[in-house]
Amino acid sequence: MAEITMIQAINEAMRQEMERDERVIVLGEDVGTNGGVFRATDGLLEQFGDQRVFDTPLAESGIIGTSIGLAVNGFRPIAEIQFLGFVYQAMDQLAAQAARIRFRSAGRFTCPIVVRSPYGGGVRTPELHSDALEALFTHSPGLKVVMPSNAYDAKGLLIAAIRDEDPVLFLEPMKLYRAFRMEVPEEPYEIPLGKARIVKEGEDVTIISWGATVPLVAKLAADMKAQGVDAEVIDLRCLQPLDIDTIMQSVEKTGRVMIVHEAVKTNGFGAEIAALISERALFSLSAPIVRVTGYDTPYPVPSVEDDWLPNAARIVEGVQTLMRY
Amino acid sequence: MTVTKPESKSLTKEKAKWMYQKMCEIRQFEDKVHEIFSKGILPGFVHLYAGEEAVAVGVCAHLNEKDYITSTHRGHGHCIAKGCDLNGMMAEIYGKATGLCKGKGGSMHIADVEKGMLGANGIVGGGFPLAVGAGLTAKLKKTGAVAVCFFGDGANNHGTFHEGINLAAIWKLPVVFVAENNGYAEATPFEYASSCKNIADRAAAYNIPGEVVDGKDVIAVYEAAERAITRARNGEGPTLIECKTYRNYGHFEGDAQTYKSAEEKEKHLKELDAIVKFRNYILSKHLLFEQELLQIERNVAETIEKAVDFAEKSPFPTEEDLLKDVYVSY
Repeated sequence: MAEITMIQAINEAMRQEMERDERVIVLGEDVGTNGGVFRATDGLLEQFGDQRVFDTPLAESGIIGTSIGLAVNGFRPIAEIQFLGFVYQAMDQLAAQAARIRFRSAGRFTCPIVVRSPYGGGVRTPELHSDALEALFTHSPGLKVVMPSNAYDAKGLLIAAIRDEDPVLFLEPMKLYRAFRMEVPEEPYEIPLGKARIVKEGEDVTIISWGATVPLVAKLAADMKAQGVDAEVIDLRCLQPLDIDTIMQSVEKTGRVMIVHEAVKTNGFGAEIAALISERALFSLSAPIVRVTGYDTPYPVPSVEDDWLPNAARIVEGVQTLMRY
Repeated sequence: MTVTKPESKSLTKEKAKWMYQKMCEIRQFEDKVHEIFSKGILPGFVHLYAGEEAVAVGVCAHLNEKDYITSTHRGHGHCIAKGCDLNGMMAEIYGKATGLCKGKGGSMHIADVEKGMLGANGIVGGGFPLAVGAGLTAKLKKTGAVAVCFFGDGANNHGTFHEGINLAAIWKLPVVFVAENNGYAEATPFEYASSCKNIADRAAAYNIPGEVVDGKDVIAVYEAAERAITRARNGEGPTLIECKTYRNYGHFEGDAQTYKSAEEKEKHLKELDAIVKFRNYILSKHLLFEQELLQIERNVAETIEKAVDFAEKSPFPTEEDLLKDVYVSY
């Protein structure tokens, strides 16, 4: 098995799906000739030609709207939004069109688009290039939201997203694109949407995370083991659909919950998880739920972003707080 | 088509001196940022304006501090031409607390309210409606100010282009839309992405004047801007000026620029350089002496070095600064 990076896994998933299904097409800014700013679409234009890989003008609303028009008529477009912060320009097409077209047509139209976009901080680029905006989309019923944390998951989840009949936001942690390599099968495979992964089993505390923050949480959990705290780490992989069963089983076992995400705290997806736990497992809790997240500000400039992002110090402190109960 | 060589009658010695200095400031500032960035000192993405100096300077030469501009991700040149402090700009790019935005805006979001600089902008096409709002402000308050919206060829295919120009046109607002067509939206050639020969041709759809200008010729830009800004100040509504130009560096620092040919780069960097062209013009018209030009160039180099020194010695914002300026209350 080859050891590859997340960006290579994403490229491979698209290439294999385009080979398998000629309805799969790719469009976005500089995705063709240039191969994408992060090289996610490298080589696709050469292999599949300009009738399946489209360089678009710089117009996000147009990219998503065109994808919807293609999707409801039988294509399976993969649209790239160059940075997730640029998606505000396309919010009407996503939240008011793609998300609702199946509902408002009583199921006669389906909208199988995948919107891929790099997101998140830690790469020293400010504000609109670092936003984690997953909660905008989980707040739009009709959209699915997938956030991989490693190369293996990225490939299997992206293939599943492309084969899915509904619109999927596929949010790729930019910081992890080339952060590490892992073994990824060369053949295509699907990881079902809505199935979380238990990264590490543990008895004392449940740490729930997704996307960019998972590798840090996993590393800290391993370190904590040596200090006598046995944390269970859950990588949600998908926020919509959400694997609530895996969360509840873990919470009932440990009784202590920490949620870690990059996005701002207020109305972040962590709030939804905390609410679900309180609805379903309040009496299993032995401590208040702790959230370690970005602060309630716009994404800051590089000089202070390491303080803004959930970091080792804040996560460890949160676990210590939980363990005092 | 014959091209008449622009020769400005309104260009005084003082104005020529100011313009040459500003062009040198932009070029040297950007070359310096390029140098520092390549050493890995600067955080973030930087998009350099070098090569396009004639546009910002030719337009801003007609503006005063009451006037507004909106800018782009490639905004350093607009800031300098509109009079932003170089120390504050450099510190901002370094992410320092002494920056124009206290280190919280960075290269792509430099703004300076006192100078009427409404902000560089990380979103392509983000500036059109903002300039319309500034233009409407000037009209409602009868300040006599104009708003200039600088934008790139990528933005000319954005929905906000249509919304902004149409609104400015129906309300006859004092707004000048200045397209900086440097040939590429990131890596995508203008000819591929735009269904028009010239961006200025699109003015016809809004029933406003559109003008194509050699954006490497500061005199040509200066004259076109003078016409448009006079129209705007007279209450005759917006104008769309397209400046054909070229960026010396990549879309961002680190861009391999595989989409540019070697000949093309050579031609623009060596033969068509806007600063060399203006320098020759100044000398041929006896506006300034060679010695004066050399003195300007030396002074600018010194100013830029001081700005770097200022930025490097300045402190970073603190963790507490992170949580300020989100709302009026915190």
